[in-house]
Amino acid sequence: MKTTRRNFIKISGAALGTATLAGATFDWVSGSALNKVSPSALQAIRTPTYCEVCFWKCAGWVTKNDDGDIWKVEGHNDDPHCNGRLCPRGTGGVGMYYDKDRLKHPLIRVEENGKQIFRKATWPEAFRVIGDKMRTIAEKHGPECVALFTHGSGGKFLGHLLKAYGSPHITAPSFAQCRGPREVAFYATYGEGVLSPERTDIRDTKCLVLIGSHLGENMHNGQVQEMSQAIDKGATIITVDPRFSTAASKSKHWLPIKPATDMALLLAWMNVLISEGWYDKEYVEKNTYGFDQLKAHVQPFTPEWAYGITTIEPKAIRDTAREMANASPAVIVHPGRHVTWYGDDTQRLRAVAILNALLGSWGRRGGFYNPERISIPDFPHPPYPKSKKSYLDALDGKYSLATEVISNGICEMTTPSPERDCNIKGWIVNGTNLIHTLPDQEATLKAIEALEMLVVIDTMPMEITGYADVVLPECTYLERYDAIRNSPHREPVLSLRMPAVKPKYNSKPGWWIAKQLGTEMGLEKYFPYKNIEEVLDWQLKQVGSSLEEMKKTGVKKFKREYDDLYFADSQEYEFNTNTGKIELYSTEMAAAGFDPLPQYTEHEQPPAGFYRLNYGRSPVHTFSRTANNPNLTDIMPENDLWVNPRVAKQWELKNGQYVWLKNQDGIVSDFSIKVRFTERIRWDSVYMVHGFGHGAKKLTRAFGKGASDTQMISNVKVDPVMGGTGMRSNFVTILLEKPNEKEVTS
Amino acid sequence: MRYAMAIDTKKCVGCSDCVIACQLENNVPVGYCREWVVESTNGTYPNLEMEFRSERCHHCANPPCVRCCPTGASHIEEGGVVLVTHEQCIGCGACIASCPYDARYPHPEGYVDKCTFCIHKVRKGEQPACVSVCPTQCLYFGDLDDPNSEVSKKIAIRKYKRLKTEAGTDPQLYFLI
Ligand code: SF4
Ligand code: SF4
Repeated sequence: MKTTRRNFIKISGAALGTATLAGATFDWVSGSALNKVSPSALQAIRTPTYCEVCFWKCAGWVTKNDDGDIWKVEGHNDDPHCNGRLCPRGTGGVGMYYDKDRLKHPLIRVEENGKQIFRKATWPEAFRVIGDKMRTIAEKHGPECVALFTHGSGGKFLGHLLKAYGSPHITAPSFAQCRGPREVAFYATYGEGVLSPERTDIRDTKCLVLIGSHLGENMHNGQVQEMSQAIDKGATIITVDPRFSTAASKSKHWLPIKPATDMALLLAWMNVLISEGWYDKEYVEKNTYGFDQLKAHVQPFTPEWAYGITTIEPKAIRDTAREMANASPAVIVHPGRHVTWYGDDTQRLRAVAILNALLGSWGRRGGFYNPERISIPDFPHPPYPKSKKSYLDALDGKYSLATEVISNGICEMTTPSPERDCNIKGWIVNGTNLIHTLPDQEATLKAIEALEMLVVIDTMPMEITGYADVVLPECTYLERYDAIRNSPHREPVLSLRMPAVKPKYNSKPGWWIAKQLGTEMGLEKYFPYKNIEEVLDWQLKQVGSSLEEMKKTGVKKFKREYDDLYFADSQEYEFNTNTGKIELYSTEMAAAGFDPLPQYTEHEQPPAGFYRLNYGRSPVHTFSRTANNPNLTDIMPENDLWVNPRVAKQWELKNGQYVWLKNQDGIVSDFSIKVRFTERIRWDSVYMVHGFGHGAKKLTRAFGKGASDTQMISNVKVDPVMGGTGMRSNFVTILLEKPNEKEVTS
Repeated sequence: MRYAMAIDTKKCVGCSDCVIACQLENNVPVGYCREWVVESTNGTYPNLEMEFRSERCHHCANPPCVRCCPTGASHIEEGGVVLVTHEQCIGCGACIASCPYDARYPHPEGYVDKCTFCIHKVRKGEQPACVSVCPTQCLYFGDLDDPNSEVSKKIAIRKYKRLKTEAGTDPQLYFLI
């Protein structure tokens, strides 16, 4: 059999290596595969859901098989997040439900014969333990000393519980480890964020500029679909990336920039647009504040200046600026999503925001549209108690422009310090594996060490569960109701998630966990309903729908009420900034003591023998969340280390060989990673997909597969503006042998 | 009627959604696949080009697998779709060896399995699972004898290539380039 070719070139499709035809028993099968998929009564019943494999939350339908169990999930045709087509992770989302490694029962940490173990517990027992601990913390330190980390739909209900309990400390790593700098920069410039799903009008753009944003590898579904539509319509794509990404391969212009120098390119582009007079003069005049200051500021940043920094030739900088100007205003300089890179990220995203303003793309067709959503009232509940302390008090005015709670700030405030009177004492962690999410694992573990209570609510036995006092098994999205998905889009749109099947094992939905825990803690007046159906039906009725209707339709669209999708030329607009204008010169940044116009800062480059660690996404995985999903690991079971063949030669590597990594701080990877020779990467960097190298043995498919980028990220560049954790200033070298066990930091 | 598929390599991002949708739709066991994605890169940094191809059985008009099947399990159905009748298949593997595209696999239950163009869906007027799931809409399926089918229209206006035509198989996957 020709298995070698498949193993070598296929990036997907399971290897056939172990299947031997000769050894197969020739069982006669009754009914062919064709017959098996014939329609039946069960298959005709579809239940609506929205996907939880990533934050895009595509609406879909669940169909069952002849056994009455889940067969497949398909996209909802009327949903603008997915247009009837889920991404590979959403299609493989069924694997989350069928995964045999799921958390099955509540667990409580106990000590037996001097050894700590998890004891299987009942739900009431688990709630009692948590309730006791939370009461103690509230009495001893104040309820503010419990924090919630969440990155899942269940977080809505747990957040409500926490507010009822009296803590404002609800945080998601999606801010400070991901899109935070972007939101802060766009608020500073336009008085509005980019939001999620992003308001990029890609389907109608004439020119899409991607800066380190690898659409197509990150399957932000609607955007990938629209990028494809734009390709169909002949749009120009410009990709700035040191790696030849999938998007780069679809681009008319690929600018293979030297890593960590993007700011220089952005400044040079502004310089060209202004000095050549290619910017949208009318738009800038009418809508912006601070053009003269900007003009003077960027005057020295010529393409020739940028060439020495970025290695991008001046002609290429001018040509691409021309392309953008020609397409203006139907041009998008894409703000990206995971943008916590070098610690000056808010400033870099400010440069992106300014560039878009110069091109007149904000609020214009083919640029950025004005999204709209409807407002759904909360189910009535008594007012939340006022919290007396905030973690910000302990931060001395640092990160003053953060618009959400900073996860690493909470972590910092959990670690004991003589200077602070209040420390966080308890964490509730829902749907986010902090060990693989927060950089600087040592700091995370130190914080965890200091906790009086750690409760983890998850579907899978992720690393973080190993540190918990109590583990609560949440059921998967396919087995539960959740809050209505109410997303800002071209038209307001709602989507319903309802259970397709009963929860497997002894797992429970987040809403139920929050309500029971609330009752245990004497907060039942905040949960004045029997079940979530009552809440959803009441909320839907406030906006002219009902649970019954949504169960049938899954998705409901509403008419826009506030403004138009795009700005009208004749209209005057007031922006939600200090000056009421789009602020090229940011008065808010100036007032907070930050550069009001973005400056170029030089970043570290790798020392000899080391390579910059770049990391990114695979289309079949979401963070570390999917690393054990049977359907998705079938396509991609481990990550590999991209190495330029020139580098490989120096190290005398073989393609496919396993190596270990050591970073600039001497941290050695727990697990080895397979080398992949590829011309798609520069010689000064290596690349791997994030989310692998799991050390939790209970994740039977993921354990020990590939290496963890997070483990190598110990040099964190914190953004002074909003506390984001810049993660791309880490350098690794290659170890050919399994290092001495003692050297391995765990 | 002549069913065929066109694959727009300019739009495909190699995400493998087609592979997973196919596995679930057709109950392909984990560890096996009826289709797969090939990434092929040419050049040296930074002068590079790259192509993604979603590949499966080519439903050849002149299929060697059908010719060499001793039991007649491998056969051609309406629209030129090449199928295996699982009950008739003895799992000898002759067809696997004869396929120049490596498109067939031995099912653990003892028969040979491969892409069916989701004929069970097509008969109901639906699209194959890979076509209807593909987020970039880069797959086009239809009847080449109908000039108005999506696939005929694409082939009429776009440059395309077919794979290993020298094998004389007359393959029916058209890769738009
Ligand atoms: S983009 Fe993919 S994983 Fe994310 S919600 Fe949509 S289908 Fe699910
Ligand atoms: S689903 Fe579409 S874009 Fe993804 S690999 Fe398959 S053909 Fe390509």
